[in-house]
Amino acid sequence: MMDRLFALVGVAVALVAAPFLKTVINRTKAAVAGRQGPPLLLPYRSLVRLMSKGAVYGSQTTWIFRAGPVVSLVATMGALCLVPFAGRPALVHFEGDILLMAYLMGVGRFFTVLAAMDTGSSFEGMGADREAFFSALTEPSLLLGVAGLGAITGSLSLSGIYGKLGGSAFLGSNLPALIFILAAFVIVYLAENSRIPVDDPTTHLELTMIHEVMVLDHCGIDLAFIEYGGALKLWTMGLLVSGLVFPGGTGSLWLDVLLSLCCLMGFQVAVGLVESSTARLKMGRVPLLLAVAFVMSTLWIMWVVR
Amino acid sequence: MPLSSVLSSLMAVLPLFFVLAGGSILDFRIPWGFPVGSFHVRMDMLSGWFVLILSLVSPAVALYGRGYLSNRGETVLGSWTGFFLQMLSGGIFMVLISYDGILFLLSWEVMSMAAFFLVMFDHSREENRRAGWIYLVATHLGTAFLFFMFFLLGAKAGSFDLDALLGLGGMANLAFPLAIVGFGAKAGFLGLHLWLPEAHPAAPSHGSALMSGVMVKTGIYGILRVLAMAQEWPQWWGWLLLILGVASGLGGVVHSVVQRDLKRLLAFCTVENMGIILIGLGIGVLGTRYDRSVGIIAMGGALLHCLNHSLFKAGLFMAAGSVIKTAGTGDMDRLGGLCRTMPRTGMAFLVLCLSVCGLPPFNGFVGEFLIYTASYLSVVPGAMSSVGLRIGGFVAISSLALVGGLAAMAFLKAYGTVFLGFPRADGAVGADPGSDMVVPMSSLAILCLALGLGGSASILMAGSVATAVHPLGLSLGTLAPLVKVSKAYLNVSFISFVLFGVGFCLWWLRARLQRDRTVSLGPVWGCGYGNPSAGMQYTGSSFSQPVFAAFRSFLRSEVGGSLPEGYFPGPSSFHAETSGVFHRYFYGPLFGTVMKVVGEARKLHHGGTHLYVFYVFAALVVVLLWSLR
Repeated sequence: MMDRLFALVGVAVALVAAPFLKTVINRTKAAVAGRQGPPLLLPYRSLVRLMSKGAVYGSQTTWIFRAGPVVSLVATMGALCLVPFAGRPALVHFEGDILLMAYLMGVGRFFTVLAAMDTGSSFEGMGADREAFFSALTEPSLLLGVAGLGAITGSLSLSGIYGKLGGSAFLGSNLPALIFILAAFVIVYLAENSRIPVDDPTTHLELTMIHEVMVLDHCGIDLAFIEYGGALKLWTMGLLVSGLVFPGGTGSLWLDVLLSLCCLMGFQVAVGLVESSTARLKMGRVPLLLAVAFVMSTLWIMWVVR
Repeated sequence: MPLSSVLSSLMAVLPLFFVLAGGSILDFRIPWGFPVGSFHVRMDMLSGWFVLILSLVSPAVALYGRGYLSNRGETVLGSWTGFFLQMLSGGIFMVLISYDGILFLLSWEVMSMAAFFLVMFDHSREENRRAGWIYLVATHLGTAFLFFMFFLLGAKAGSFDLDALLGLGGMANLAFPLAIVGFGAKAGFLGLHLWLPEAHPAAPSHGSALMSGVMVKTGIYGILRVLAMAQEWPQWWGWLLLILGVASGLGGVVHSVVQRDLKRLLAFCTVENMGIILIGLGIGVLGTRYDRSVGIIAMGGALLHCLNHSLFKAGLFMAAGSVIKTAGTGDMDRLGGLCRTMPRTGMAFLVLCLSVCGLPPFNGFVGEFLIYTASYLSVVPGAMSSVGLRIGGFVAISSLALVGGLAAMAFLKAYGTVFLGFPRADGAVGADPGSDMVVPMSSLAILCLALGLGGSASILMAGSVATAVHPLGLSLGTLAPLVKVSKAYLNVSFISFVLFGVGFCLWWLRARLQRDRTVSLGPVWGCGYGNPSAGMQYTGSSFSQPVFAAFRSFLRSEVGGSLPEGYFPGPSSFHAETSGVFHRYFYGPLFGTVMKVVGEARKLHHGGTHLYVFYVFAALVVVLLWSLR
């Protein structure tokens, strides 16, 4: 019961605090570039502003264009409920919940892509196409990485895996395996959340965009849903990655929460540093990066399966 | 015609109830006049499961067919389509319940030939005749292997009754590869799939629905029957199934993404789904050796995916048929925006797309969930797992994930270019067909959603059938791992319902907030260009270009055309033709060699009587010499 309550609070915190992750990344980038950076609460302010606006829809769009943002936001919320926080079980957990999480994000992506194609615009078609292809290439890394974690911990649910990782009994001989899985997950994270070097969220040229070009024609409440859904995805996937660095397990609830949050924020700082220090890849080279992620997500088999 | 299908399905309800729910075996045998074989039919759980698939799909197909064939020019075969459709259903039914090798082969031929006449439905067009020819060759090559297998086993056992063949008479390791090729030609495994992309576009859409939905499953049924007859499953059987599954899954899906024709895309998607089923079977066979809980879950997943694939693929072919009938083409580069002119078809197609991509909460997810869970279980160290099984699971997970992602891409392309955007060619606007066509596909779509939301029940259903395939049979505790998975799946259904609720709230909130605000329509963003035309849209071909580029060494497409050149470029063009690796590098040379040899042999057929008299004389002399030897 206490676990459920804690998980519920965790989801609530995520729902409130997720947009702040964007601030962390943007402030890091600003600090590296020597700029002052945006106000801390800018993501919230823009959400409120978007929520209060009307909308212009493409004349050819159908209900799918309007439903896309809602479905993707709801699907991300579903995924959020499955991810454990601070080594405590998630709100819902069962054997194979990673599949539901991955496929729920798939549902969200499916509708985002369809909404983009609904406009009939070439730009959005381009983005849709790239998003669909790149995500198809990242999925094996995520699922195989989790399989590796399962093989290390002997558990099949995300909550079981992250709960046991905290025991640190699995370090030692499995450490290289964990490091490779972590590396694969970082690339998956960058690709899934449209960050540099896969996609540039701040670019201004439609031809080179992936995620941003898909949502060019969304505005008002719909855009707010998309932005908020994106923030929730940063949080959800961020927990998967940062949980590998610090999964919890100090014994004290407050210390666990504090350290986990620090890890999550620290990871966003790292993402900001990556974004500041690398350029985005040429579109044709992105599949290579994703292939690297896949290879790294397979390497655990050398340490774990003997 | 639809009435008879509905009646025969209703007649199947009672026996299916006894077999699937009660676990009883219905057996019937009468002597017949043939020197070999006997009329021995039996419905056990395994047959019952596939008969269930048939009786769900066949009435929908027949009902749809009546609407599909109305008001179109009658061809000679066109008026016979109903007959052959029923013969196909009947043939499939007989294949499923035959319990004698000879009867099985007879039914198999009836089924195959009925399908041939469906493929030749519109035989006035040359490409359809070619498709029919390819199908005929493919199916007979497959059947030849089956003949060989049954006669090999029958000669050893002295009878063709499947009871007598139990244990495969010690020839299991020889019979199994024969079964794989023979049944694989029907199921469309990669390398044996050549007839699928040709035959499905040629056949009328309800014919494709029945062929792709049910007929290809008889191949899977055959392999399962052989597995059920074998006393034990050697490890290499599992590896063979798994590797074939990975190849069919990946090969099918990559081909599927790059197709231009809607029905060809669906046909390659069938190859892909056969791959997923095979991966399940492979893990099932491997798992049974090491860890029975893994084996039973994977087998259940494979069986369940058979049912699921039948439902959504039949529905998808029906929807594709409605598009082709009303918009006049299945070329995705010419279609577009049909969501507005045919909303009901569009809705059904969307649900079916979500199902085929294995997205929750639709039925495709349930079967894949089982196969994935089995693969994860085999990777995680258990009491009895071995390195082989763990590597098998590892391979299964990575290929299932890639196949899933690319399948999503194929169906995003299908839905996005056919139903969204603007029509890409004049006149290809389409309209919702009458309810006799919409109702069957919508009911299949609804069934897909229902089986997805009630996934726990369908897991248990498929699980009890899987225990019947198991060589160890239905024993106490065998079903326990599946009960566990079905309980876990309750969470999926629960989350789905909650998310539906949250979604409706957000949708309501959105409508509520927008009510008093300015909501207007306008052009989409085109870098300031406000007058976009339909021709400027992304086409299906452009959508699949990255896949095309990434897998070009596998696809071996022929690319041609001229790029725009100079400051004032003239007309430019681009075309790509994917004929398939197997056509070019295996079957082409193979049949070329066969034709050459046969051509040489033809020279003996001189036609002159004096030469033939000489042949007779020469033969006599040879026989004489041989007997005097």
